[in-house]
Amino acid sequence: MAKELNKNLLKKMLYDMMLIRHFEEKAGQMYGLKKIGGFCHLYNGEEAVAVGSVAAIDLKKDYILTGYRDHGHALACGMDPKGIMAELFGKITGCSRGKGGSMHLFDAEKHFLGGNGIVGAQIPIATGVAFAQKYRNDGGVTLCFFGDGAIHQGAFHESLNMAKIWNLPIVYICENNQWGMGTNFRKVSSVDDFSLLGTAYGIPGKQINGMDVIEVYQEVSKAVDQARESGLPSLLEARTYRYKGHSMSDPAKYRTREEVEEYRKQDPILILKDKLMQEGIVTEKEYEKYDSQIQAIVDEAVEFAEKSEEPALHTMYEDILVD
Amino acid sequence: MPVITYREALNQALDEEMARDESVFLIGEEVGEYNGAYKVSKGLLDKYGPKRVIDTPITELGFTGIGVGAAMVGLRPVVEWMTHNFALLALDQVVNNAAKMRYMSGGQFKLPIVFRGPNGPAEYLASQHSQALQTYWTHVPGLKVVAPATPYDAKGLLKSAIRDDNPVVVLEGELMYAWKGEVPEGEYLVPIGKADVKREGTDVTVVTYSKPLKVVQEAAELCAQEGIQVEIVDLRTLRPLDEETVYRSVRKTNRAVVVDESWPMVSVGSHVAWLISRNCFDVLDAQVELVASEDIPMPYNHTLELAAQPSVTKVVAAVKKVLYLGE
Repeated sequence: MAKELNKNLLKKMLYDMMLIRHFEEKAGQMYGLKKIGGFCHLYNGEEAVAVGSVAAIDLKKDYILTGYRDHGHALACGMDPKGIMAELFGKITGCSRGKGGSMHLFDAEKHFLGGNGIVGAQIPIATGVAFAQKYRNDGGVTLCFFGDGAIHQGAFHESLNMAKIWNLPIVYICENNQWGMGTNFRKVSSVDDFSLLGTAYGIPGKQINGMDVIEVYQEVSKAVDQARESGLPSLLEARTYRYKGHSMSDPAKYRTREEVEEYRKQDPILILKDKLMQEGIVTEKEYEKYDSQIQAIVDEAVEFAEKSEEPALHTMYEDILVD
Repeated sequence: MPVITYREALNQALDEEMARDESVFLIGEEVGEYNGAYKVSKGLLDKYGPKRVIDTPITELGFTGIGVGAAMVGLRPVVEWMTHNFALLALDQVVNNAAKMRYMSGGQFKLPIVFRGPNGPAEYLASQHSQALQTYWTHVPGLKVVAPATPYDAKGLLKSAIRDDNPVVVLEGELMYAWKGEVPEGEYLVPIGKADVKREGTDVTVVTYSKPLKVVQEAAELCAQEGIQVEIVDLRTLRPLDEETVYRSVRKTNRAVVVDESWPMVSVGSHVAWLISRNCFDVLDAQVELVASEDIPMPYNHTLELAAQPSVTKVVAAVKKVLYLGE
């Protein structure tokens, strides 16, 4: 049964996707200016997956974990853009005190447990979080995101098996953006439809359109309800697309301009915007207002990051162990 | 005082800590219905049930990662590896996640998790099952590593490890499980990060830990018959290392031998030998000697495998060498 969509939720999802898009564009610019270094994996094009999924859960008791392409999930969980941008800048005011960077955003209070730089390593960890939720019988559910590259790691297969043996309240969401770094997913997968990969473990799988935030929201809601009420894990493959290269250092020469343009026509923000305008839920004026509000938020985040202090040298010895 | 085995001492530690704290659970291969591959968890499934004593499929990476996730949200997992050899499959979860989650998050999380199982050579097991892998863990900031050599230390250190808010790797030993020793009834802890002088002496300091302690104790007896008084420092914890207890002893004896069953290159033993050379340079009357395993994969043949490891003969020879006593 499809969950009821109220207007405020639709507007919020539009706003959140726009915030991620603007934030990522700004992050890309800041990378170009060398304010951000190292690996920086942008989420442009994939916004509907994080936003639709987070809208389907209750972060007071539920948790989210993802891989290194984590800015979008962090923002969708309600993390402060200032703390995220400052983290990308490596400043002491960053959410991880400048020790994590782009791939290691965390917010314990908001139940966002990272941000993991090893492909697929978050999958067993997320399974452990769901294990703890069941252990405590606290009614919580864990969402575990990973890419089409990660799905072939042993960590994925080991985790699904145990999630089913113990019936853990977890939803595995494969964000299939179709390119594992520079390798097309079809070249390295025995199946075209990743949702089949749950079958061997007795876990139901479903392919969904990851460019349609409403579909993501409705399908994740169903999976979450099933996890919460019956303690059953599930697997969703959200077919999506990243507009940028794998990371900022990747010019993405392995794919054609036409392919990218084709997906830009299915842009998750434009699809929702058009729909909400047609239905009279959002006016052009409101949309512009969101746009300018978000510009201001992202500019403020950059200003905050710029003005923040570098971490003092002694802080490198902190946060290793609990005293 | 009751005399029990190392295995029973570990079992008591697990039992007492599980009784004390509902958030402690044991997870691993064969820990439940089989009562543990080495019977360390004997009786715990009957007592605490399948919710808290969890048999896993053979997926070291997977169940170790599950432990890490459960610890991130406040449970206190004890992850049993059937042996440290198999833990190599879980290296990523320990090194990249357990040891770094707190740091990478700027201190937002604590990881109260224990990883434990037998480490080091046993007998007739060949290369893949006879390795001393402590260097792998001890190398990594963000972990604590303990290596008890007696039933008393095993119980006290495992209890401390379970109560610690950090990831702690516990190195046990297949051949040590049957070792016996005095263990008092009732509650006690052995603090992590404190070495222990297992024998007092004046002539040579021998620093060791884990299973070679017995070899060193036998060697010390033989030396005593020749009038050489050996002081034995048992490190007990490899990270953080109790350097001060080592130096105090070396400053007294002016001579040091380090005995470690790892390979000689880049080992805990080679590190400790370097620390002594550097920090006790002015008081040393001889170069520091290192007795390690031979730099080879472990052979199956029993004569060869014994020859590959630290032995009483090798330790006595090293002690005499730092005393400039020729054979």
